[in-house]
Amino acid sequence: MHKKIMLGNEAVARGAYEAGCMVAAGYPGTPSTEILESVAANYRGIKAQWSPNEKVALDVVAGASVAGARAMAAMKHVGLNVAADSLFTLSYTGVNGGMVIVNADDPGAWSSQNEQDNRHYARAAKLPMLDPSSPEEARQFTRMAFDISEQFDRPVIVRITTRVAHSQGAVNLEEPKKAKLKPFERNPKKYVMIPAHARPRHLFVEEQAKKLKEYSETSGLNRIEWNSRSTGIITNGIAYQYVKEVCPDASILKIGMVWPLPDKLICEFCNNVDELYVVEELDPFIEDYTRALGYKPRGKEIIPICGELTPEIVDMAINQKVPGNKIPSYYGKLPGRPPALCKGCPHGYVFNVLKKLDLNVNGDIGCYTLAVLPPYSAMHTQTCMGAGIGMHVGFEKARGEDFIKKTVAVIGDSTFVHSGIAPLIDLVYNKCHGTVIILDNRATAMTGHQDHPATGRTLMGEETHELDLELLAKACGVRRVRKVDPKDVETFERVVKEEIEAKEPSVIISLRKCILKR
Amino acid sequence: MVKHDMTNIIFAGVGGQGVLLAGKILMQVALDAGYDVKESEVHGMAQRGGSVDCHVRYGDTVYSPLVEKGGADYIVAFEYVEAIRKLDYLKEDGKLIVNRLAVKPVLVEAGLEEYPQDVESWIKENVKNSVLIDTKDVLKEVKSSRALNIVMLGALANYLAFDKESWEEAIKKTVKEKFVEMNLNAFDRMFKKTAGQLDIMV
Ligand code: SF4
Repeated sequence: MHKKIMLGNEAVARGAYEAGCMVAAGYPGTPSTEILESVAANYRGIKAQWSPNEKVALDVVAGASVAGARAMAAMKHVGLNVAADSLFTLSYTGVNGGMVIVNADDPGAWSSQNEQDNRHYARAAKLPMLDPSSPEEARQFTRMAFDISEQFDRPVIVRITTRVAHSQGAVNLEEPKKAKLKPFERNPKKYVMIPAHARPRHLFVEEQAKKLKEYSETSGLNRIEWNSRSTGIITNGIAYQYVKEVCPDASILKIGMVWPLPDKLICEFCNNVDELYVVEELDPFIEDYTRALGYKPRGKEIIPICGELTPEIVDMAINQKVPGNKIPSYYGKLPGRPPALCKGCPHGYVFNVLKKLDLNVNGDIGCYTLAVLPPYSAMHTQTCMGAGIGMHVGFEKARGEDFIKKTVAVIGDSTFVHSGIAPLIDLVYNKCHGTVIILDNRATAMTGHQDHPATGRTLMGEETHELDLELLAKACGVRRVRKVDPKDVETFERVVKEEIEAKEPSVIISLRKCILKR
Repeated sequence: MVKHDMTNIIFAGVGGQGVLLAGKILMQVALDAGYDVKESEVHGMAQRGGSVDCHVRYGDTVYSPLVEKGGADYIVAFEYVEAIRKLDYLKEDGKLIVNRLAVKPVLVEAGLEEYPQDVESWIKENVKNSVLIDTKDVLKEVKSSRALNIVMLGALANYLAFDKESWEEAIKKTVKEKFVEMNLNAFDRMFKKTAGQLDIMV
């Protein structure tokens, strides 16, 4: 068998390719971005695409599945929030061709606005979820996920975390299956979720849940590694690797399928060890489940709920060992190296002006969010993709027209297309006067300068229709739309002043290409 | 040149210095030599102009992709402050290889923070297994500052139990074709420059 070094995300792409995946869609987001990039770069037979947002991507993938293809959606954890509306009902419709949703959690919030634990989604949407602990497992599990999906008529979530997605390791390359379309049949009882169809489908979901539980007991995805029975550790994902590293003598119940969990296996394990631990990143998901089965493992009382785990955290918690060395620490303060805008970044000009004018800034997600930090310190709200314009509306509703003259909303081009359009419609519809600055740098820059609908190029590198943001803003009802190069600082400042004073909604398209975009 | 059961190496530097590629090449060398190998890195916002590190581990079977604190056999730092930042990862008898370079963070350039002046002497005094290397000349000779990562590997290679050819093979497999020759040249120069004399350079 041929071995290759791969990033976890590349291994996911490989797994999809080996499984005969035909369609893949997503929206860039750390730590998931390289999955689709790798599909597009290496497996040209798969139709891969960036969608405007994760919900669209999941719908595309669902359509491909119903039409008979194996299909995969890839997104970061917060992206699944965006796609959640589809997710919960796709659980009812099930699949035709295997449907896999790859979800990348970000414990430690290395590049995210929160540390949500998306294992809860599997339980809430009643969907099977696999949780690989290495690049090799990322490949294997993704490949298997397509089979499970077709066997049980369920979309399957593959959940990875930053330290799986962005770690490299040797991956075994297996022969790919031949991609093959299944027949498409009209089946409204399965694919049209009116209440009369949804109710029986819910019964089906529960039946499948039982079958999946049995599968979870026996498939080998969950397995006991017996060793000394004085210590038993239940663990999943990357935490498994840390446990193997620092507790080589312990018995381990390795959870590779985090939903549904295997009751019998857990009981067998718990009944046969003296000291019982659950070592998992983020929430006490397996721990609470184990408690509900009547056991009292040590878990979150010694393993932090916040932040990512490391080998030393596990070592300290289980072995009471304090890892480190006796080398003295540097006596003085080391200068920090927080992430910062690149030298010459177009956003820099914009935020210099906003800072100078001392405006309140409703921000959004992108490189420009870094303007919250010195030297700019010019962003005052930011929650999630597309939230800034809606908050801008809320600012005006709460404090009135005069207040909104001291406030702007800023949003990147890609973020605007992702989820800024509906709130801009809201701003106009509900008679607001606010100014929105679209920071158009012609890329989804933060995640690595990916293309999007307004760049006129697809993930596969093809030319396509270029969404016209100016026309779009006008179509939303904004009459004052101005396009300015922020590097022309004087003009830019003048335009901002004019637009915030205007007695109607306005959009400024601050157009300058990201310096790193080819 | 002791062959360890498990070798743990951390590369540390700043975004744009090619830290991750250095890790990738080392992984390839280790894989080709028949080792199991894992690596961990950080992308995205954390990478934008900030500190970048990458952990590489190889041995018979590697579980964790992260090196444990106090567990690094080698830390290869592309810059002083990043070297000091990573020190708690070094093994008691581990080796710290530092590029004699200060990369000033944005906040230092903006006059909001200070870059300490005594970093080099502090490292020499406090880290007994530290090696400071000059990369400027080699980079000038090959006319590319982008080759810093390969130059750092040229120094590291003198300590590890892989032969020079396997490094060269890995470089060929990993870097873009048009840069292969320049990088091989850079590797060769630093490898020879430091061969047998690394410890004297402290
Ligand atoms: S990647 Fe582009 S948009 Fe992001 S900080 Fe750098 S120049 Fe600015």
